[in-house]
Amino acid sequence: MDLTLFMYLIPSLIMFGCGVYGFITRKNMIAIMISLELMLNSVDINFVVFNRYLFPGQLEGMFFSLFAIAIAAAETALAIAIIINVFRIAKNVDIKQITKLKF
Amino acid sequence: MPLSLAIVVVALPLLMFLFLGLVGVKMGRKITGVIGVIAMLVDTVLAYGVALTYFFGSGEGQMVDGVRQAVVVANPAWLSFTDTLVVRMGVLVDPIAAMMLVVITTVSLMVHLYSLGYMSDHDGNAEKGFQRYYAFLALFTFSMLGLVVATNIFQIFIFFEMVGLSSYLLIGFYYSTPAANHANKKAFIVTRLADLFFLLGIMILSYYTGTFDFDKLVFGPTMSGSLETAQSAISTAGGATFMGCSVMAWALTFIFIGGAGKSAMYPLHIWLPDAMEGPTPVSALIHAATMVVAGVFLVARLFPLYVLVQGAMNIILVVGAFTAFYAAAIACTQSDIKRALAFSTISQIAFMMTSLAVSSNNNALIEIHEGQGLGYMASMFHLFTHAMFKALLFLCAGAIIHAVHSNENSKMHGLHKFMPITSICFLIGCLAIAGIPPFAGFWSKDEILVAAYHRGLGWGLWMSMVACMTAFYMFRIYYLIFFWKKHEVHDEHHAPKDQVWTMTLPLIILAVISCVAGFVPFHNMVTWDGHHLHTAIDWTVAGSSVAVALVGIGLATVMYYKENPLPERMANAMRGLWTASYKRFYMDELYQFITHKVIFQTLCVPIAWFDRHIIDGFFNLLADTTNSVSYGIRRLQSGSIQAYVFIYLLGALLLAAITAVCVMLF
Amino acid sequence: MESVGNIILYFIVAIAIIVFSVLTVTTRKILRSATYLLFVLFATAIIYFQMDYEFLGAVQIAVYAGGILVLFVFAIMLTHRPGHDAEALTSHRRWLGLTAALAGVGVCGYALFSYADFAGKVITSGSTFDMVQIGRFLLSTDKYGYLLPFEAISVLLLACIIGGVVIARRR
Repeated sequence: MDLTLFMYLIPSLIMFGCGVYGFITRKNMIAIMISLELMLNSVDINFVVFNRYLFPGQLEGMFFSLFAIAIAAAETALAIAIIINVFRIAKNVDIKQITKLKF
Repeated sequence: MPLSLAIVVVALPLLMFLFLGLVGVKMGRKITGVIGVIAMLVDTVLAYGVALTYFFGSGEGQMVDGVRQAVVVANPAWLSFTDTLVVRMGVLVDPIAAMMLVVITTVSLMVHLYSLGYMSDHDGNAEKGFQRYYAFLALFTFSMLGLVVATNIFQIFIFFEMVGLSSYLLIGFYYSTPAANHANKKAFIVTRLADLFFLLGIMILSYYTGTFDFDKLVFGPTMSGSLETAQSAISTAGGATFMGCSVMAWALTFIFIGGAGKSAMYPLHIWLPDAMEGPTPVSALIHAATMVVAGVFLVARLFPLYVLVQGAMNIILVVGAFTAFYAAAIACTQSDIKRALAFSTISQIAFMMTSLAVSSNNNALIEIHEGQGLGYMASMFHLFTHAMFKALLFLCAGAIIHAVHSNENSKMHGLHKFMPITSICFLIGCLAIAGIPPFAGFWSKDEILVAAYHRGLGWGLWMSMVACMTAFYMFRIYYLIFFWKKHEVHDEHHAPKDQVWTMTLPLIILAVISCVAGFVPFHNMVTWDGHHLHTAIDWTVAGSSVAVALVGIGLATVMYYKENPLPERMANAMRGLWTASYKRFYMDELYQFITHKVIFQTLCVPIAWFDRHIIDGFFNLLADTTNSVSYGIRRLQSGSIQAYVFIYLLGALLLAAITAVCVMLF
Repeated sequence: MESVGNIILYFIVAIAIIVFSVLTVTTRKILRSATYLLFVLFATAIIYFQMDYEFLGAVQIAVYAGGILVLFVFAIMLTHRPGHDAEALTSHRRWLGLTAALAGVGVCGYALFSYADFAGKVITSGSTFDMVQIGRFLLSTDKYGYLLPFEAISVLLLACIIGGVVIARRR
């Protein structure tokens, strides 16, 4: 039995679906961030797997994932800084209740 | 002194305008005024230097075979339309330009000095906007100087607009009073309308002759007025005609209309009396001495062309002669002294126009070569003397107004005891304008009358009658201000008195000039073709003109020296005429009727309705639709990122699905 | 033909990813959610190791599992009282989320199945790259060199550090 490209893409796809579900349903901002990380991660897997299976002599996908991880780290750090700041002001991290700036 | 200093004469006021306008606010009010006066003094000295050098110096071929030449000091190209049609911005010094340099700088200097006192309250504190006032004065002086030294007709047009602008700014100097705003708009619109014709005239002229430059239009090979050059310019146009008249006649008539707008000829005079809303020194400078003679100057500049196009010249003659009488008739009844003086100005400018127009007749070529350019010389002479004594009269009026805080002569009466210097200066001005020898006006007006009699007895008698009216209304104003009855003083502390020296000194200087200006040998200096003109006083004309002036003065003395019921009785006897004159023969009402009732009602109201309801309605509809639609769909912009993601994802998937289906099908 | 160990490892990893992903987004305790995410990230790292990308796997563990997740845990500690569960989802929201997720999975899955030819590709024992080569690629300006994005990322990280400090600092 071979480990085909297909077999790696399936878990990745499910992971992405979970991310979407979480992003849409969660109310807690941190939980939303976690769902976002899931989606990012599944995309990273795709890059790497495609790179390894289809273009084994090159490293583009791998580097792309590398940079994506770095950017994800930066983005998460910033997002959490914002979340903590919002929490200080609103005493809450529930996006349904932070509505001060809405029309 | 080199003639090229004329460039400095023109440029210095511009620099002062920029300096005072940009830096003035940072400096004290008085300081700006003093700087303005000093700069103007320097400018005046330079202008006198240039004029003296030009008239009496011997350099640079100014005199060739006894003909005084025009000297082009600088003439750089400014706008090149085609290879042949180039607009230049130059400095040209010829007799009338040199004379105008003197007139403008002198009056401007006097007004600059006078304004130091006039634009201050009685404690000597300068008014608000003092710097702006001086900056605008400098701008006006620059524009007027640029106009007179122009080397081509397009340059004249540009500076025509600029004097109009500075006049607008200065009339509206007290921009918080509605009357001043109305007056400056009126002045601007009327003169702009006239300038439109001027521009049309320039276009026609330059289209048919292929040039803007005076040296190709009116100056001969010796750079002095030449009928041959004018003849060749006209023949360049060929025999082109429009509606039965030659195109040159149209062009020159249109150009005259432009000049008539600035010079307040009937029926375009209506702006000038209203322009008296501006500060009085401004009226003295712009609306008595300099800007309003721009039209006369323009006709004088193109004189050889006008001589050859007799049709245009006849229009000038009729308009000038009628305006002279019309304005004099109105001046006889006005109670506001500035307005009375304004109508006097109109009348006197009309004198100049008439004088230009009578200096040729139908066999012009022969006449004028026999040395009959007398009218031209007389016109320029009168322009010169009139500028001086009318500026004097206006400045006196300003001093009186400053003292009694009113323009109405009913508030003045009997000021002779209180303001002796002003009274004497005003008297000198009146004598000068009435034409009593040896004051300036006599000499110039006498020349005009001689020229008019030369043209025809009717014209001469007509102008003599106007001269008589001039003497009458001027002395009427004089007596009503300084005599009539004892002045009532309510408060000893604020009794009217002669004003501060900055205001009195210009009066004295101008009075002296008015006494002696008549002895300037104009016939040797300012002639249309540069030749000397041999004139002698024609004593029959001179005697009769003095006689009619004395009649006018005598009549005024009888009626207005002491308070008496005679004027009232005469006014009642000719009630209709008197009221018509007092109401300026209803010209303003006529304009009002034409613009409001005819043009506005029939043309503008429907257009405005169309604009307001159809054009605006269309755009309002667009805006309202956008507004209501946005209001309706604003809930889509919920700010919920999760909703956005959901919709975005569905959209992306839909797109993917559609693509997939398309790929499968095709 | 893969080694049996590899296949077993794959299945463990795949099942772990699927199960923990689902748990991450369904649990009502936020700290547990973070923990499940940690497991998913570890499983992903194992996939990278399987692909012979050891460096990427190491980065995944160090940065994601070690850095980001710690951040999450800190944030959760700062903003949540212990033992406080998220309230139950309304069925409306759940259906919305399910629709979106399932539609996405459906479309993408269909795409995968319809491209079976390359989806069925087998791994080739191609050349693998060691750390030295990766380092050279990262700092090279030649073809396949990544100096520019590398520098851009460094600047981005710097900006994020400053931004984070500015935003979170107590005023």
